[in-house]
Amino acid sequence: MCGIVGLLVKTPALRARLGELMVPMLIGMTERGPDSAGLAVFTEPLTDGARKISLYSGLIEDDERFDWQDMARELKARLGIDATLETVGNHAILGVDADAETVKHWLAEHYPGLFILSTGKSIDLYKDIGTPAEVAKRYAFGKLKGSHLVGHTRMATESAVTPDRAHPFTAGEDFCLVHNGSLSNPNGIRRKLEPRGIHFDTDNDTEAACRFLEWRLREGDDLETALKKGFEELDGFYTFLMGTKDALALIRDPFACKPAVVAETDDYVAIASEFRSLAHLPGIKEANVFEPAPEEMYVWKI
Amino acid sequence: MDEVIFDLAQKKVSELNAYLHHDAPGKGRHKITVVNPDGAHNIAVGLDAPLEVDIIGHAGYYAGGMNKRASVVIKGSAGTGVGENMMSGTVHVQGFASNGAGASAHGGLLIIDGDAGLRCGISLKGGDIVVGGSVGSFSAFMAQAGRMVICGDAGDALGDSLYEAVLYVKGNIKSLGADARIETMSEADHAAVAELLQQAGLNHATGDFRRIASKRELYHWNADANQEY
Repeated sequence: MCGIVGLLVKTPALRARLGELMVPMLIGMTERGPDSAGLAVFTEPLTDGARKISLYSGLIEDDERFDWQDMARELKARLGIDATLETVGNHAILGVDADAETVKHWLAEHYPGLFILSTGKSIDLYKDIGTPAEVAKRYAFGKLKGSHLVGHTRMATESAVTPDRAHPFTAGEDFCLVHNGSLSNPNGIRRKLEPRGIHFDTDNDTEAACRFLEWRLREGDDLETALKKGFEELDGFYTFLMGTKDALALIRDPFACKPAVVAETDDYVAIASEFRSLAHLPGIKEANVFEPAPEEMYVWKI
Repeated sequence: MDEVIFDLAQKKVSELNAYLHHDAPGKGRHKITVVNPDGAHNIAVGLDAPLEVDIIGHAGYYAGGMNKRASVVIKGSAGTGVGENMMSGTVHVQGFASNGAGASAHGGLLIIDGDAGLRCGISLKGGDIVVGGSVGSFSAFMAQAGRMVICGDAGDALGDSLYEAVLYVKGNIKSLGADARIETMSEADHAAVAELLQQAGLNHATGDFRRIASKRELYHWNADANQEY
């Protein structure tokens, strides 16, 4: 079992309240996923060429004592790249006006335990083990601003409880995916993708779905076509919620064993595994509440 | 009639259910209104008295489950397993219902004004279900006894491995499951549909419904079928 939440605000004024509205949604899914939590928030995109990289130091011994400033100084000294830093304990968002791949290769070489959570112009990603309330507090989720987000609470079934196996998973740039369910052919997907040079961080089944769909998008499929191929290739039980720079997308497998409910008003679209995560939202009593159908694609644009 | 209001923003579901199980049956006829259900699970489960319970808003999983004799009305949608294992009484969902509505209900009547999700009436054991809208795939799977009236459409594999439950469908059937077939409506079928529609407060011509029942070919293993059913 796991819990999924998503929120996309249509009213620009609500972007400042995105995190505040989302935290009760995430905490509402604690019973479905008490062991880890995470979210990806999509902010105003950076200008051309600039990228931000979400980083996590919780897998190395330094953890919260990791010296982010020193890392940024080294980056400047060795590669001549100026970086901005926003840090919260073992988490940092590194902003660079440079090729993100160069920076990531350098990080992998010099800080091998540092985990790269996400890369893009818009995405910031946070995930860690702990209850949703603990993780939300750890990274001050309530203060997050942005146009849309994807969140997850995990009850692990397919791989160990570790921060890197928490959701959301990400691949490429400005793309993430959360999953409630279990896939039966993640290793088949891996064997298909790895010879194409696609690297996996973990043995988690959801990562296979994430990398498959991002690979299709990178090959030129639009979101709808990629999702259609996902229905053909991904076997198992799933409700998937995905975030891109300008959209949220939801699909459910043909058996719809894993729940989802959507509430839509003029101000927002909110998605959750269960209604109890939506009950606190403003105007919910007048919202259009519905259950997304199996094998349908739902895409909401900002 | 007296009314007792339970606000689930203030009280726990366990307190509500303790009241419904232990206190309400001895108090004489009164209505219990539940406000701010907010998708909580197990609201008004396991009732065993002629109580009237109104839930104002969306209910979570298993609302009205295992009901005996009580009348439960949900003025909103219901989560997975609404009215599952009901023995008697009625559960009425005025919005839509999620998966597994009325699963293995032995008796009573489940009314869903809107659509029902997948596996509605799975393993039905004698209860009646009336759905004002459509039902999802695998509905009435292995249903043993009881009746289902579906005023909208049915998804894939309707009535798969059906035993002696009978289904009536007004709209399109995407596909029938193994061993289910469409049969001619008898006078008794028209009367049954009319009675159930009337109980559900729905108005449809019984002549628009088709009867689906078991071919009974799966009842016995057939050595000549070569596993090809």
